[in-house]
Amino acid sequence: MAVTLSVNGRRRTVAAAPETPLLYILRNDFELNAAKFGCGMAQCGACTVLVDGKAVRSCVTPALAVVDTKITTLEGLGSATSLHPLQKAFIEEQAAQCGYCIAGMLMSAKALLDETPHPSEGDIRQALAGNLCRCGTHNRIVRAIQRAAKEMSP
Amino acid sequence: MSAANRGITRRRFLGQTAALTVGFTLAPLVRGLAQAPSVLPGSLQKNRMLDGWLRINPDGTVTAFTGKVEIGQGIVTALAQIVADELEVDLGRIEMVSGDTSRTPDEGVTSGSRSIEESGSALRFACAEARGILLETAAAKLGAPLSSLRVEDGVILAPGGVRATYGELTTDAMLKREATAKAKPKPSSAHRFIGKSVPRRDIPGKVTGGAAYVHDMRLPGMLFGRVVRPPSPRARLVSVDERATRALPGVVAVVRDGSFLGVAAEREEQAIAAARALRKSAKWQETASLPPSGRKLFEHLRRQPAQDAVVSEKNDAAASAVKTLEATFTRPFQAHAAIGPSCAVAQWQEGKLHVWSHTQGVFPLRRELAKALTTPASDITVTHREGSGCYGHNGADDVALDAALCARATRGRPVKLQWMREDEFRWEPYGSAMLIDLRAGLDAQGNVVDYHHELWSHTHSTRPGESDGTNLLAAWYLKDAQRPGSARNIPQPAGGGDRNAIPLYVFPRQRVINHLLPEMPVRVSALRTLGAYANVFAIESFMDELAAAAGADPVEFRLRHLSDPRAKAVIEAVASKAGWRPKQAGDGRRGRGIGFAKYKNLAAYVAVIAEVDVDRATGAIKVPRAFAVADAGLIINPDGLANQIEGGVIQSTSWTLREAVSHDSTRVLTRSWADYPILRMTEVPSVDVSLINRPEEKPVGSGESAQGPAVAAIANALANATGRRIRDLPFTPERVKAAQT
Repeated sequence: MAVTLSVNGRRRTVAAAPETPLLYILRNDFELNAAKFGCGMAQCGACTVLVDGKAVRSCVTPALAVVDTKITTLEGLGSATSLHPLQKAFIEEQAAQCGYCIAGMLMSAKALLDETPHPSEGDIRQALAGNLCRCGTHNRIVRAIQRAAKEMSP
Repeated sequence: MSAANRGITRRRFLGQTAALTVGFTLAPLVRGLAQAPSVLPGSLQKNRMLDGWLRINPDGTVTAFTGKVEIGQGIVTALAQIVADELEVDLGRIEMVSGDTSRTPDEGVTSGSRSIEESGSALRFACAEARGILLETAAAKLGAPLSSLRVEDGVILAPGGVRATYGELTTDAMLKREATAKAKPKPSSAHRFIGKSVPRRDIPGKVTGGAAYVHDMRLPGMLFGRVVRPPSPRARLVSVDERATRALPGVVAVVRDGSFLGVAAEREEQAIAAARALRKSAKWQETASLPPSGRKLFEHLRRQPAQDAVVSEKNDAAASAVKTLEATFTRPFQAHAAIGPSCAVAQWQEGKLHVWSHTQGVFPLRRELAKALTTPASDITVTHREGSGCYGHNGADDVALDAALCARATRGRPVKLQWMREDEFRWEPYGSAMLIDLRAGLDAQGNVVDYHHELWSHTHSTRPGESDGTNLLAAWYLKDAQRPGSARNIPQPAGGGDRNAIPLYVFPRQRVINHLLPEMPVRVSALRTLGAYANVFAIESFMDELAAAAGADPVEFRLRHLSDPRAKAVIEAVASKAGWRPKQAGDGRRGRGIGFAKYKNLAAYVAVIAEVDVDRATGAIKVPRAFAVADAGLIINPDGLANQIEGGVIQSTSWTLREAVSHDSTRVLTRSWADYPILRMTEVPSVDVSLINRPEEKPVGSGESAQGPAVAAIANALANATGRRIRDLPFTPERVKAAQT
């Protein structure tokens, strides 16, 4: 059994059952670390990635459902040497404690800013309401997204 | 003769005997015995060699070693700041190695907001001493008087342009000596990095998908593991179809040992499928062993056999009470509820085990693994890798044993084992439920003259490495089952269940009693702040009740009962910051309240003012805003400190408004976020943090300092808003609504 996926612009065929949740293929076959296993039930958002620009929970998304789509993970936004404005803003605001939720937060934020370049604080909180954070870094995350939004569409 | 005196006498006697016996053959040892080793600061006391803490590398970089670990609190960055300042080497050339039984000092557990005090002090003095040694070496080499030398970023400069770099001067032998702590650390005026908001070292990797966590490890030939836990704490496995599971795709090992069940497979989803199949075929015998739930839990706790201790007693002369108040406060079992379920990687090679873990203590975990696996500790290496924030003792250590048990069946192939969400919620040790009775008397002037605090609770620490049993979950279910350690309370002054039970207020007559309930039908251990969250909730709620009875303003009432100027300063500062107006009444819907504590009565001072907004129709509460003022002594990293205070207030708000673990008489019923909702992005308060820097005071940690003041501020704000006080946590809409009628 094999499934072919396009992730961050790279197409690869992976020897996995087609019903395999996308998350495990991203983490273990594509060796992408950002999306995290949090609950396996789409309750926490730690596994959020973009599928054709929409934020989805990769822990409950079967690979089969995303074969002809463009999948983007946090690694597809930027890298340590070439940061996306969102990544830069999260560093500038020191918007993490343990950071386990952060990749999911960033991807939900990316989906929001792609649709709403000038979001209100309420828009941001609403868009990220499905992403849980336990350390209490919420307000820094909101500030980082506001900062990135300003930089991306002044 | 008191017990304490007898103890001292016996120790003296043993000391003399030892000296007499070995006197002639081990002269240096005798000198050591005759002259007690000096007391060294922080963790230097137990790890006394300088080269255990520091290596000056020939290329001019520095490697510093710490036994404390990053758990999202920014400790590794803060420690690097200390090293950079004391050694005068740029921060960019400081490499930090943390938490590895083969490389770093044993500093026990990273907990209790103690890392800055313990590891920070050790590194501070070790670096100051190393710098002195480098200067002396340079003086000899350069032929210049010591007093004429200065250091600039790892280069020692003598008059006339003569210079030597740390890298040139360093030798293997240089730091192979015991620390003396005689070199004085720099005054705060000379700090370049300490006191600055240096960006955290770990954040760039976390926002770019770097291999930041143990969850991200990939070793050659690595398999994926999962466990199948029993349906309830006392359940025993009757039968299971291992063969059918073994036949599933990708399955490499099915491990059954007593009632422990685990699998290892080539792919992660295969391990999950195998665990699911194994669970389905397993038959268990269950026993109803859990206490009653809801309100009945607390009456039950009150009736349990207890070890009683008078924690504090004072009988100073004072007027008689003219008015007496009594109240009872409760706090349910609450979960750490990490976002990422616990994970570990384990590999056995030639009888030796290597575990990578997000444990808070690599050495304590190694000791416990040695017991559980009946393997010498010397054959086990535990290396820290970050995990999801833990907020105390969660599943981090347990999953390490699970991984080691599964990896024993995979012929040398490493196993990465992560718990599922349900494993974490149902099996992590919870913060202990607490019942607190308070009674106080006011004199005719409205001052507290009598104070009585009595609490009932299980232990607040069953961590690995410090007990008479084996404090790792799977060990209790093996065929040769091991027992958990017996319950004990962390003694004062830090305290466990009684942490912060002794009020900081000056009350002439007081009595504080701790009833430790040794039986633990519900698994419990350290949750951030231990007993302090509930004790501060109770004391600070009660202070408002007493203030009201005395006709006083809550801020003024607190100040008049305090003598510690740092305590008064945070309260005054937060009142001014929040624009506190004395005796301002709530309007039935909105209100504000204050809460204060000095964490553990020996660390950071924090005062919080919170605002609440109550929907009287539904009983739903919002905390739109909170102000916090913190004094943690000398501030190492202001932004890091502010981040901890903000996080502490938000986490405490979530505990306070929402959180309680639920169970019936047999099973824990909390399995997912649907059963255990925490505050969301749309629901958290904004937090305005102010810091008081005290460069002349020692730096103390802050990760657990805001939670107590925050719950108290919310409780008092709710009472201020509605005129009705709620003394049972959490403040659910049902409770709030019921209190209105």
